[in-house]
This record gives sequence, structure tokens and C-alpha cells, in this order.
Amino acid sequence: MTALISWFADPLQFDFISRALIAAIIVGVVCSVLGTFVVLRGMAFFGDALAHTILPGVVIAFLLGWPLAIGALIFGIITAVLIGVLTEQGLLKEDTAIGVVFAGLFALGVALLSITGNYTVDLAHFLFGNLLGVSRQDLLVTSVLGAIVLLVLFLFYKEFLVLSFDRVLAVTLRLPATFLNYLLLILIAVTIVVSLQVVGIALMLAMFVTPAAAASLMTRRLPTMMAVAAAIGAFSGVTGVYASYYLDVASGPSVVLVATAIFVLVFLFAPRRGLVVTRL
Amino acid sequence: MAELVTRLAPKRIHHEPGQSTLELDHVYVSFADGTRGVTLASGGNYALRDLTFSVTKGERIAVVGPNGAGKTTLFRLIVGTVTPSQGQVNIYGHGPGDHICIAYVPQRSQIDFAFPATVEDVVMMGRVGRIGLFRWPRRHDREVVRSSLARVEASHLAKRQIGELSGGQQQRIFIARALAQEAELLLMDEPLTGLDLPSQDRIFNILGTLRADGVTVVVATHDLNLAAERFDRVLLLNREIISYGRPEQVLSTPHLLRAYSGQATIIPGEHNVVLVDACCGQGEVDA
Repeated sequence: MTALISWFADPLQFDFISRALIAAIIVGVVCSVLGTFVVLRGMAFFGDALAHTILPGVVIAFLLGWPLAIGALIFGIITAVLIGVLTEQGLLKEDTAIGVVFAGLFALGVALLSITGNYTVDLAHFLFGNLLGVSRQDLLVTSVLGAIVLLVLFLFYKEFLVLSFDRVLAVTLRLPATFLNYLLLILIAVTIVVSLQVVGIALMLAMFVTPAAAASLMTRRLPTMMAVAAAIGAFSGVTGVYASYYLDVASGPSVVLVATAIFVLVFLFAPRRGLVVTRL
Repeated sequence: MAELVTRLAPKRIHHEPGQSTLELDHVYVSFADGTRGVTLASGGNYALRDLTFSVTKGERIAVVGPNGAGKTTLFRLIVGTVTPSQGQVNIYGHGPGDHICIAYVPQRSQIDFAFPATVEDVVMMGRVGRIGLFRWPRRHDREVVRSSLARVEASHLAKRQIGELSGGQQQRIFIARALAQEAELLLMDEPLTGLDLPSQDRIFNILGTLRADGVTVVVATHDLNLAAERFDRVLLLNREIISYGRPEQVLSTPHLLRAYSGQATIIPGEHNVVLVDACCGQGEVDA
């Protein structure tokens, strides 16, 4: 018993591990809750693109010593506008337009970063996160921005619900659809910034999509889907940090692998809808 | 914050007394504004051409015509997601833009029935416009949802996930959503496709009860028999209005031949049978 307690408690004597755990829980919850809308609206590719296209903004902010969130937001909006302009005339399909903007802006970000001195280390941190390097100040920013995202989702919950389920209903109810679309986009951009240190750009999509996808297989209503996704996200965060500590695996991939393992278990064994259950 | 609420909230429109429920006045929609989304150099080429008609409160109208006749574009025009290139659409004397009294019952294929929502949740969505931003459903809203479900005889389905319903039940739920929205103009796009006769009957019975409340119903359908039997007036459409009026006047051989030109065949004989290949092999009618 004491062995078990010390197994859990020992890592906590290091402040950077405690901070990593708190950050992983916050990011697990915020990404998963917002991720339910990403999944329901079929925005996975867009979310992945946005995680990459904010890189130039983050790098510029990083070089100028600004808060990274500002740079990310500016490039999040630039991304949305560019995709809008490219698809507006019906000349390009949306996924093609996303692809072009995605690759172009990501390349710009990597190019900008390559001009700076510490290229390899910084790039690795942006791409895969630096969970064990979360500072006290990072944690503060993460908590505040995470809380804002959850609050906005709560305030506009029923409008986002309608917009995700039936666009035409949103129109006939005269909901401010354009405003809501941009709001969701800004929330995604902010959440990406919040999660940058925990999972990094390359694995960001997993935190949006995987817990929400697992939750969708187990639930019948959106509030429960959000709660279950948040629980899976938080659990993945905590377990991932411990796994990273004991197995000496990079922390970002470790968190994502736990979430993926949960998804696979749910896909196979979920009550009523799991593969194993339905085939028996 | 208060300013944000007023700027985002829909303007409430008051219906002008004595105005038609729905009135189109020489409406043209070019392809660029319509369904194609692609700017064509469309010299006089319109998705809809010179539509003029009006609908009276409480009427039940069938919109029929071949595939690509512009039925969906017409509905989008009424909802307000497509704007006319020329002419005017008025609902109770105002353009569609600010009305929250128009309900659209989508084709079943357009809805994601795996969506995590119960029947109750979906019907409550109809209330969202009236509840308003930053507010939550109150007891009155829950009561409206309950009575709307009762009116479509679906109270017992309230807690079901929407994927766990039959086709007819799904249609009734969306009618309940329109009732919860307190809609006065109900647009239904192919609501009867794939439903068996008892389910169709049930839906027409429900639509019949709406007439007493002054709810106007416009239904797009491929089924000419239903259009002939169950509706007050029929709008025969193929990019322009071929004919509009009582079913027996509209669904005549010359009109159907004009509307369905390539898709209709006359079998000469005692009754001059016109076969119309409307959609999926259904839609045959005697003329």
C-alpha cells in the first residue's frame, strides 16, 4: 500500500512534475470539451490545419517577447480569412483551400524559426510540446485562457448546439451564425495556444478529436458527451505524465498514446455500440 | 455586454395585418446566387425565373416539378439563405431576413441522426431563438416542448436518442420542433419520401390540426397523387411557374408535359395516361 502511495506521490516532490500534471489536466479538459464541437461539426482537418498555421504567429511573438497567444490569434484569424477568400468564388473546394493555407503558413513558421539560433530544440518543443518545462507563469496563462474558453462555450452552448446540428435551423432562428463561426474559430485558436506546451502542434488534433470520439461512442446527449470526453482527457493527461516519468517517454506523445488506448478500448467494448459487444 | 446582446439578437418583426403569408413578386434568382455557388456568365440563365404567386394563411401548398426544377432554391429563397437577383419575397409584408416564424423541416438525408441529442433536445432547439442569448430554458419552454411533442403523438419518445426512431417518427419530431418554434410558415422538403402509407396518413392528420392555428404549410414532393389529393393548391414548377392553383386545374396533361418535357410520356388510350418519371420510379398519375 505504501509502495503504491509513494509510486503516486514520489514524482510530486518535483515542482515541475506537479505543474505538468495540473497543465495536463486543464488541457485535457478544455481540448476535449471544445473537441466535441470539432467532432460534431466535422472540423477535424480544419483544427489540424489551424494548429499548424498559427506557427508563424507564435514564432514572431516568441522572437519579439510578446505573449504567444496574441501571435496565435492573429494567425488564426488570418487563416480563417484566407480560407474564406479562396473558397468564396467556388473555385476551390474547402479542403483544398485548407490544405494550401495549412502547408504554406506552416512552412513560413518553420522558416522563421530556422532563422533563429536554437532551431532544433525550439522546433521540437513547438511540434511535440514541452510539458516538463511548464513554468509557474505558463500555468497561470493556461488556467486563465482555459477558463475563458470553457466560460464562452457555456454561455453560447445552446447556440453552438443548434449550429452544429442543423445550419438551416440556425438561419431560421436568426442566430448570429457568422459571429458564432468566428467565435468557435477563435476558441479553437486560443485552445491551441493553451495546449501548445502540453502536446505540441503535431499532436494537437489528438486532444481535440480522440477523447470526443471515444465519448461519442458511449453517450446519447451532448452534456454527457462533454463530461465523458473531459474525464477521458484529464485521465489521459495525468496517466501520460506518470508514464512519461516512469518509462522515460516524451510527455506529449505519452499523453496522446493514453488517450488513443482509451479510444481503442471504448471502440471495442463500449456498451451497446462497441465492436466486440455488437458482434457477439 | 448588453450592447452585444441587442446587436446579436434577432429583430422581432411584427406581422402586418391583412398581408399574405407568403408573396413573391417577379422574383428571379440567377445561378450565381442560387444553388451552384459558381459564377457563370449566365446571360439570362436563371435558376428561378419570374416567380409571382401568393399563399394565404392556413393553406396547404404542394410544390411539384422534375429534379432540378428549383424547389430547393425556392425554399432557400423563402428561408432567406438565397436572395433574389430581382424581385421581392415577402412574408407577412416583410422580407425573410428577420422572421423567426419560418420553420424548415429538412430532408431526412440532411440530418446526422448519430448526433448526441434526444428527441426532447431536438425539439428544445426550436425554442433557442425565443429564449435568447445568455439565457437558459425556463419552465414555459419545457412546457412548450412537452405540448409540441404531445401534438405529434410523440410524448413517449421524448427520451430516445434521435437515431433510435423510425422515418415517420423522425418527421413528426421535426414538426414538433417547428411547433416549439411557434412557426407560422412551415416548409417541408420531401417529408414523405420513403414513408409507408400509415406514416404518411399520420403526418397529414397532424398537418390538418395545424390549419386551425393558422399555420401555413408548403411541401415539396415528388408524389403527384398526394399533391392531387391532400393539398389545397399545387405549384407546378420548372425554373418558372408552369401552373399554380387548385390541383385538378394544375395537374393537367398539357401542364405536366410542359413541366416534365423530357421525362414524361403519353400513352394514348381511353384516358390519355401521362407517365411522369419524377424521381425514383414513383409519381405516376392519370390525367
